[in-house]
Amino acid sequence: MGVLETTTLTRQFGPLTAVDNLSISVEAGEVFGLLGPNGAGKTTAIKMLTTLLRPTAGSAKVCDFDVVRRSMDVRRNIAYVPQMLSADGSLTGYENLLVFTRLYDIPRREQKPRVMEVLKFMGLADVADKLVRSYSGGMIRRLEIGQAMLHRPRVLFLDEPTVGLDPLARKAVWDHIERMRADYDTTIVLTTHYMEEADSLCGRVAIMHHGKVVAMGTPEELKRSVDGKETSLDDVFTYYTGDVLETNGESGGSYREASRTRRTAHRLG
Amino acid sequence: MASITITASPNPLSALTSFLYKTFTIAELEARKLRHDYTELIMRAVQPALWLLVFGQVFNRTHAIPTGNLPYIDFMAPGILAQSVLFIAIFYGISIIWERDLGIIHKFLASPTPRAALVLGKALSAGVRGLAQAVIVFALALVLGVGLNWNPLALLGVLTMVILGAALFSTFSLIIACIVKTRERFMGIGQVLTMPMFFASSAIYPVSIMPRWLQVIARGNPLTYEVDGLRTLMLSGSTSHYGLGLDFGVMLGTMVVLVMVAGRLYPNVAT
Repeated sequence: MGVLETTTLTRQFGPLTAVDNLSISVEAGEVFGLLGPNGAGKTTAIKMLTTLLRPTAGSAKVCDFDVVRRSMDVRRNIAYVPQMLSADGSLTGYENLLVFTRLYDIPRREQKPRVMEVLKFMGLADVADKLVRSYSGGMIRRLEIGQAMLHRPRVLFLDEPTVGLDPLARKAVWDHIERMRADYDTTIVLTTHYMEEADSLCGRVAIMHHGKVVAMGTPEELKRSVDGKETSLDDVFTYYTGDVLETNGESGGSYREASRTRRTAHRLG
Repeated sequence: MASITITASPNPLSALTSFLYKTFTIAELEARKLRHDYTELIMRAVQPALWLLVFGQVFNRTHAIPTGNLPYIDFMAPGILAQSVLFIAIFYGISIIWERDLGIIHKFLASPTPRAALVLGKALSAGVRGLAQAVIVFALALVLGVGLNWNPLALLGVLTMVILGAALFSTFSLIIACIVKTRERFMGIGQVLTMPMFFASSAIYPVSIMPRWLQVIARGNPLTYEVDGLRTLMLSGSTSHYGLGLDFGVMLGTMVVLVMVAGRLYPNVAT
């Protein structure tokens, strides 16, 4: 029994099926990647697993709790870092974290030490009392991931954790994710469309396309499943989702999505 | 070090304490933002000053509006307090549209915080802004020679009514924001609602001189009760039209209903 199980999880928006019969199982301590082009249903899947969106059909369990019937218990045991910028620029880094120690019911006397510990872990102790709007993109992302680990969640959901970051900041974020998994045994579910990211971080990946999982396995297994000797995960991705560019109009997501991603990228960059 | 699974405490009393604790956490968070940047509070002082110093002074001379034994400027001061609190609160919902576009709201909704606590916390923080308005209006009223009532209990009543008013209308605003979801539509609706609510209340003239149809609307408008309560408590020589019990009852009852509705609609913002 995995720490995360979905059974034919489905979500429709009108005539569009954003997530179509998703059945996955993630073991404790795994780093699991959801890959796919824009509009493949990754974010919708994450939103259902983090109790933000009700499934249309099927079910999902996180830490053995049903995401609909036991949503409060699910929320206590997970953390979610949205793709968009979720730290509050008009507060200091310290304040951003302090609020969440309270919302996650961390006992009063432990709040301050926990915040300081996380700030140190994320290399942000020096700027703790500066307003977040003066932080760089990489620092904001680290703060957000730090915010998500305050209550030591069992499962951490990261939606496009390194979108818009330069290679150096991206590497720093990867290192922190890897250390979190090693130090706290946190299960990590992340979405990405950077193949390099999936390759270096994820133990297993599922490639989603039009709401369905079209391939699943370790990056090595997936590379073997595609013909050719020097296959990269990029080739695997193109192989399974290759029709995207031809079906013009579906690629790149909606106008709103595009403007959001670019704004996030702009602010982080 | 492995993390452990945490479940809810089944004790209803601790659930209530947790609810209140989280409500105040959210309210405090908003108050901290004000402390970092209080220019907004200063700019907000301009509008009530204009109403009292210009509109109030002019109408004080004409004696055109029957306000009983009260000078007109005394009569309108509590009305302007209620109005300036309304104006702050009614555009409050735009902040959640902003937070939604940024992604802040998703993080709060994925945390174990009751939705109603998120809503009520925001509502109380609107109350903090309302209190700043009360200070400004009291200062202006003092300068203009309004016969203020300095009884501590009455002052406490004014503070409570201001917080209630700000909380009620900001929750109303939050509900609109949850429904329309875009800034442009929200601004449009906010503009359309504010003035009618202001005019269909006893803020700057008594309900008794309104045409019949407007009286009916005014009697259903919470702002009328807020103004009545403020007028009774703020001024030394004023009596209540509807009774303070009804004033506070209507405000509190409406607010509880609105918070419950908003708590229901709030999760929709994330989709």
